Amino acid sequence: MWTYLRRRIVSSAIPLVVVILGVFALARLTGNPANLYLPLNATDQMREDFAARNGFNDPLLVQMGNYVGGVFRLDFGTSLRTGEDAAAMALRAFPATLQLAGVTMFLAIILAVLVGSWAALKPNGIADRVSSFISMAAASIPDFWLAIVGIFVFAITLGWLPTSGVASGASWVLPIATLLLRPFGVLVQIVRGAMVSSLSEPYIKLAKSKGASSSRVVFRHALRNAAAPALTVAGDLAVGLVNGAVVVETIFGWPGIGKLMIDSILQRDFAVLQAAVLITAISIFTLNILIDLGYALLDPRVRPAGSIRKRRVHAQAIA
Amino acid sequence: MPKPLPEPQLPPGGRAIAPLDTQTLSVVESVPTKSIPLYRLLLKDRFATAAAIVLSLVILTAVFGPMLVGDLATKQDLSATNRPPFSGADGWQFILGSDSLGRSMLARLIVATRTTLSVAVPAVTVALLLGSLWGLWAGYHRGWRETISMRIGDIIMSFPSLLLAVVVLFVFDPSIANIILILALTRIPIYLRTARAESAELQSRTFVDAARTFGTKPSTIIRRHVVPVVMPTMLTLATLEFCYVMLAESSLSFLGIGIQPPDVSWGLMVAQGRQYLQTAWWLSLLPGLAIVITTVAANVLAAWLRIATDPAQRWRLTLPRKKLIARIPVKETH
Repeated sequence: MWTYLRRRIVSSAIPLVVVILGVFALARLTGNPANLYLPLNATDQMREDFAARNGFNDPLLVQMGNYVGGVFRLDFGTSLRTGEDAAAMALRAFPATLQLAGVTMFLAIILAVLVGSWAALKPNGIADRVSSFISMAAASIPDFWLAIVGIFVFAITLGWLPTSGVASGASWVLPIATLLLRPFGVLVQIVRGAMVSSLSEPYIKLAKSKGASSSRVVFRHALRNAAAPALTVAGDLAVGLVNGAVVVETIFGWPGIGKLMIDSILQRDFAVLQAAVLITAISIFTLNILIDLGYALLDPRVRPAGSIRKRRVHAQAIA
Repeated sequence: MPKPLPEPQLPPGGRAIAPLDTQTLSVVESVPTKSIPLYRLLLKDRFATAAAIVLSLVILTAVFGPMLVGDLATKQDLSATNRPPFSGADGWQFILGSDSLGRSMLARLIVATRTTLSVAVPAVTVALLLGSLWGLWAGYHRGWRETISMRIGDIIMSFPSLLLAVVVLFVFDPSIANIILILALTRIPIYLRTARAESAELQSRTFVDAARTFGTKPSTIIRRHVVPVVMPTMLTLATLEFCYVMLAESSLSFLGIGIQPPDVSWGLMVAQGRQYLQTAWWLSLLPGLAIVITTVAANVLAAWLRIATDPAQRWRLTLPRKKLIARIPVKETH
């Protein structure tokens, strides 16, 4: 298992390195970084001072060394808007996004497992139609528009929910519902597909014929084996969730990292943007490793030898 | 075939046949083919027909619409601001209402159709061409070329596309060309992966093997034996990707880093109408509806294309709908 994990860590670290170097290259290769960091109406004197102060006159390699060192110390410079440490701002916004994404993924997985299994049990039944409709909606409806329709219906017309903010529990409903659509739409199809194929396996017939209850057959036997494909897309979904979070946070005024990014773009605050982007990249990297770990625990072929006993218990449960 | 072939052509079925003289060729051509033309199949499926009509209308609107409405989209009429849609009292140009400057929503939507498509269509085309060719090349040669290509694809895919676009459009101007390029770049891996998989699978087929044995150049094998087989899959994928790219452009425009005013796209219109949500809902709900209708149509058409271009599944479309459901109890979606 460790060989497997080590290989996965190396292969998911490569994108991280590319992102770190890519941000550096983008900021340097487009000409004078002062154009990025300073306001458009900065004087030449300001630009020169800025370049001297931040070491932009050093050779490129020295700059890159300083930059990479700064990334490891989470030192991205100070914000142009507030004069605050850019990394501190990004880290402060990060938990809000993490909460939003965490709750959304949790709900998406639970709902997708329930609806997907139900849909797989009765092809062309109600749940199957609902799940294929939602998948279609997830692939077609722009999330920002869904959010606005939600605000229009539930906040403005009906007045049930607040339009933005994080003041109360009710303010969580619309952001989560908007963010939920896409991962749920993808996951429910994957759970359904995996369940359809795992329900046609011989061991399901065996479990049924020995008299196991249908809920036990579904959740204990079929779902266990259908979980792995769902987990493999979890990484892609998390990447997509970042896209959604940027939009949803902007609309609902959620003080997370997505809103921070858009705000710093609109006010041309490159240091904060850079910090936010790199912290997001690092967290995606961490998440991918966690997913690989989960996969290793779930799939017996990459499981460590020590857990053979557990597998034997599982085998007895089936027999 | 319009021009004479320099070498014996092998049918995709994989069976080598003797070179045909013109007489046998004409005989072969006179035999009615069993496959039904694609448009006949399309007409048999109500949903797919509707989707194709909607998409054609959208494309026609994008091409000819702006000419018809002239300067109506930018003409301000401060005596007719925020008119509600479907009232019909203010003449046809206000049938979908007007915005806060009294501009006709209908005309603005029509002009935005062109902008939206002029980003989505080139972005999909560029990504389709580059991604497919790259994937075919990588899948044909296997080995290190394949490994490196797939790694590059993984790197691009493992980073949120919106973030990539955000950083690039921050550093460079958010012009239409840059938006097209960044959207194409983030979607190339999708085509790369699919084309690579299909192309690698074809390498073990007899007709490719035979062509290689005859000493055909790799570029010729790819062009003549691999591309025709892979093409339908890639076109289906492109239809599906059209939705994604359109949504991505809309998101960027909505966030203020995509299409910039005075240009107007559907996503930008949703953003501009947002502040009037309480008084004039149609300003942001109607452009969003335009996006949804177009993407749903593209999705439905892609689903149909996937079946129609697959010889193993094509027969399903020739059955009446009722029977179809009865015969296929489990629909495989993957």
